[in-house]
Amino acid sequence: MAYSSAIREVHGSRLSVMHEQGLLKEERYIHSPQSANIEVEYPSGSELKSVMNLCANNYLGLSSHPDVIQAAHRALDDRGYGLSSVRFICGTQDIHRELEGALSQFLGTEDTILFPSCMDANAGVFEAFLEPEDVIISDRLVHASIVDGIRLCKAVTDTYKHANMKHLEQKLEEHQDKRVRLIVTDGVFSMDGDLAPLDEICALAEKYDAMVLVDDSHSSGFMGKTGRGTHEHFGVVDKIDVITTTLGKALGGAAGGCVSGRSEVVELCRQRARPYLFSNTMAPPLVAGALKVLEILSGSTERRDKLEENTRFWRQGLTEAGLVIKKGDSPIVPVMLYNAKLSQDVARDLFEDGIYVVGFFFPVVPNGQARIRTQLSADHDIPLLQKALDAFKRVGDKYGILGLDKKRIIEKYGL
Amino acid sequence: MEDAVLEYIRSEYLDEDDEDDVELDINTPLISSGIVDSFSMVSLKRFLEKQHSISLPDEEASAEAFDTVASIVVLVKRHQGNA
Repeated sequence: MAYSSAIREVHGSRLSVMHEQGLLKEERYIHSPQSANIEVEYPSGSELKSVMNLCANNYLGLSSHPDVIQAAHRALDDRGYGLSSVRFICGTQDIHRELEGALSQFLGTEDTILFPSCMDANAGVFEAFLEPEDVIISDRLVHASIVDGIRLCKAVTDTYKHANMKHLEQKLEEHQDKRVRLIVTDGVFSMDGDLAPLDEICALAEKYDAMVLVDDSHSSGFMGKTGRGTHEHFGVVDKIDVITTTLGKALGGAAGGCVSGRSEVVELCRQRARPYLFSNTMAPPLVAGALKVLEILSGSTERRDKLEENTRFWRQGLTEAGLVIKKGDSPIVPVMLYNAKLSQDVARDLFEDGIYVVGFFFPVVPNGQARIRTQLSADHDIPLLQKALDAFKRVGDKYGILGLDKKRIIEKYGL
Repeated sequence: MEDAVLEYIRSEYLDEDDEDDVELDINTPLISSGIVDSFSMVSLKRFLEKQHSISLPDEEASAEAFDTVASIVVLVKRHQGNA
């Protein structure tokens, strides 16, 4: 019993500070499968409320698709619940290799390796193939998991201003003495919903002899004409050296991630990536579900087309209503409120009105950049989105922010 | 020295649209306010080392020591003195 009351107090007071600063994250309990409409218990202990979900990464609406569920059920019967092993001991079934092959084909890459999550893929990939004589040059807004992964690697690190090609070029020039230069970016940035200019990044990579790694977690399945990702959107499918992505968002929404790309990089991950070597293999039902998702998406672009239509309607509707949104083409549409408290108040009122959204503020987003991040799904339809738009107008009107630009919202509410 | 460091921070860390919103002087918190994140701090460290021909040990290039231009200047001067 070394957990003394003094230690308890230390931990307790840290939590109190977070509470006072309004930084405690509170979970809402959902009593239904993931979908466009969900049953939510919030606050804890209250009656269930039926709300429209505008904050899931369920971009293609496949999280609860009957064919995916059935495929997972079948694998549960045929291949079991779990394998109680890492991949290289006795945790690789035929379906794991099948899924790796299907992902390589879908993403247009040489080879793929599965990880328990994309967080793990990003934690393992850099250390697996880079060494102290190499340099990683990453966009300043890359996902936290990439930041963690880079920290675990001994290569030199540098960053460039978000999507700023001039700055990236300067850094590439500066690091010409390194053995490998690796440019690292998200395909779609999760908090802003904007796209990395992969065509320009690849042109610079060619000019300065650099490799390119893209985290396409918020793009795989729907960006590009056939949903292969941001590289397809920009016409650079064969120019990306490494893609990391997740099976936990558009591609089924359960769990799992991968590193996909040059075969030597993938093999180095298989031999050296610690989250791969030291964590359990993906459970068979998840593998089979993901295989079914790829089969559905390879057969039809219907879902990504619908998502695109929903995105267009939503972005146009919010803009016409007089709300400030971050511009872009992706189904991540942040409604900018700048003030942290305002973002929480608006999110709470929208929930009352039957719309489930979350307000984000510092440190999740930069100080003074508080927002409500809305995310579209192919499970939504136009009447449902119209209902949500009406709610945003009502709440926006209540707070007097419709038609106000950034400067005037900040004047009214402060930063 | 302060001006050169401020100028570097402006050009290296602020975007054009930020420049109106962010007031920057020698006492502005850099790390704790999010202007410079601890990860991109490495380029600032490299700049200081190159500019002043010094070597800053990793354990001294802490988020606290790099939090304001004023504290950065103290750190650099101490190392210049050692050189």
